[in-house]
Amino acid sequence: MSVALSAQDISRALMRISHEILERNHGSSNIVLLGIPTRGAHIAQRIAKNISEIEGREANVGTLDITMYRDDLRLRPPRSIMPTSIPASGIEGKDLILVDDVLFSGRTIRAALDALGEVGRPRTVQLAVLVDRGHRQLPIRADFVGKNIPTSQNQSVKVLVSEVDGIDEVLIEGGE
Amino acid sequence: MKHLLSISDLNAMQAISILDTASELARISDGQVKKLPTLRGRTIVNLFAEDSTRTRISFEAAAKRLSADVINFSAKGSSLSKGESLKDTAQTLQAMGADAVVIRHSASGAAQRLADLEWMSGSVINAGDGTHEHPSQALLDAYTIRKHLGKGSRDLQGVRVAIVGDILHSRVARSNVLLLTLLGAQVVLVAPPTLLPVGVESWPVTISYDFDAVIAQVDVVMMLRVQQERMSDLFFPNSREYSRYFGLNSERMSKMSAQAIVMHPGPMIRGLEISADVADSARSVIVEQVSNGVNVRMAILYVLLAGGPLEMVTN
Repeated sequence: MSVALSAQDISRALMRISHEILERNHGSSNIVLLGIPTRGAHIAQRIAKNISEIEGREANVGTLDITMYRDDLRLRPPRSIMPTSIPASGIEGKDLILVDDVLFSGRTIRAALDALGEVGRPRTVQLAVLVDRGHRQLPIRADFVGKNIPTSQNQSVKVLVSEVDGIDEVLIEGGE
Repeated sequence: MKHLLSISDLNAMQAISILDTASELARISDGQVKKLPTLRGRTIVNLFAEDSTRTRISFEAAAKRLSADVINFSAKGSSLSKGESLKDTAQTLQAMGADAVVIRHSASGAAQRLADLEWMSGSVINAGDGTHEHPSQALLDAYTIRKHLGKGSRDLQGVRVAIVGDILHSRVARSNVLLLTLLGAQVVLVAPPTLLPVGVESWPVTISYDFDAVIAQVDVVMMLRVQQERMSDLFFPNSREYSRYFGLNSERMSKMSAQAIVMHPGPMIRGLEISADVADSARSVIVEQVSNGVNVRMAILYVLLAGGPLEMVTN
């Protein structure tokens, strides 16, 4: 088990992503951040906090649960459903940024795109992830990446956030 | 968890996870999203060998909102009425590739038999078997109680529930006693001695014959229908006397505590166990029970059918 990112690394990466999002979208006026539970939702909150501080106005942020849209439900035990909360601004015509902790096969993001289709039609959909570990199974890529961590299939990447785990850290386990 | 046959198959965590799933599904269907793709391509058969309104349409609505294909099958108008056995019917359903069967049957244990004998490989959901159990009704009742009186907690610790009326013939009462006590509620049964089942002393409940003494002390009054169709004997002198002692009218309702609610699993017989003005009053959550039923049954279908063979992951 090795530490890939420390608390400080995570905080710097999220600050850089926040600036990149603002740069790409010319400010925060039309953006909505949606985090994918559990840890993606907390990361989205942190990016929103950064953006609010930089721009001096509240960023729109919410959560989007994608469990009911997964294509691999039958391969796993049933998962509990997490809350979805769409900000009052809605997502219609917005520049929407999906936020997740780890980008791996891309199936979560595919499910998220399906889930979004039920909620509304954003102007653009962008993807921000803390860690991109490769091994995509679908034609999906991230717009904003905290850190690219090359891994092998049999390793696992664990993102810990203080809200849930009491500590900010990214760990790589197994496969040595 | 493959089948839902009886509340006694559930532990408190499993029951709570079904209720939590139902709450999230309720939030999704209150929003813009009415249909989820989760069970696309799965076939659910509603096998109703006994009459039903709410349970059947509610399971049908739940399955359709999860994009499953639904086949409705009732005794009237099928070969069941020609005398076909449950086994042959089950094998027919198996041949048609049913992933789940929702069964209502007048024989206690019909769902268990369907699940045990492996006539078919799909999940079996008990939607009421004789006078035995009706687990999905108990789950929706617990969900409704938790929503009104749970004060944000996940179980029903400290909630006091009176179940009143024909306990003897009521599968709803059996399932509710098991589930409500599993979740920490205190249950008191109120009925004439003739309408209490043998062995009720061993249930984890208190028993009273005096509705007026109980009514002021409970948070939930759950009325049960007098099941005339299952009564082969005379269980009470006449319906006016039954109403007077065990019916809920507005005078009795006025003794209830301020936040207490009135429930009824339906179908109601207005004027016998419940008066019309009580059924339509602001304290009555009877119509809400029906709409909660759809969300709870979606949660049941989700937990039984959506995942693989292992246990539910809670995080």
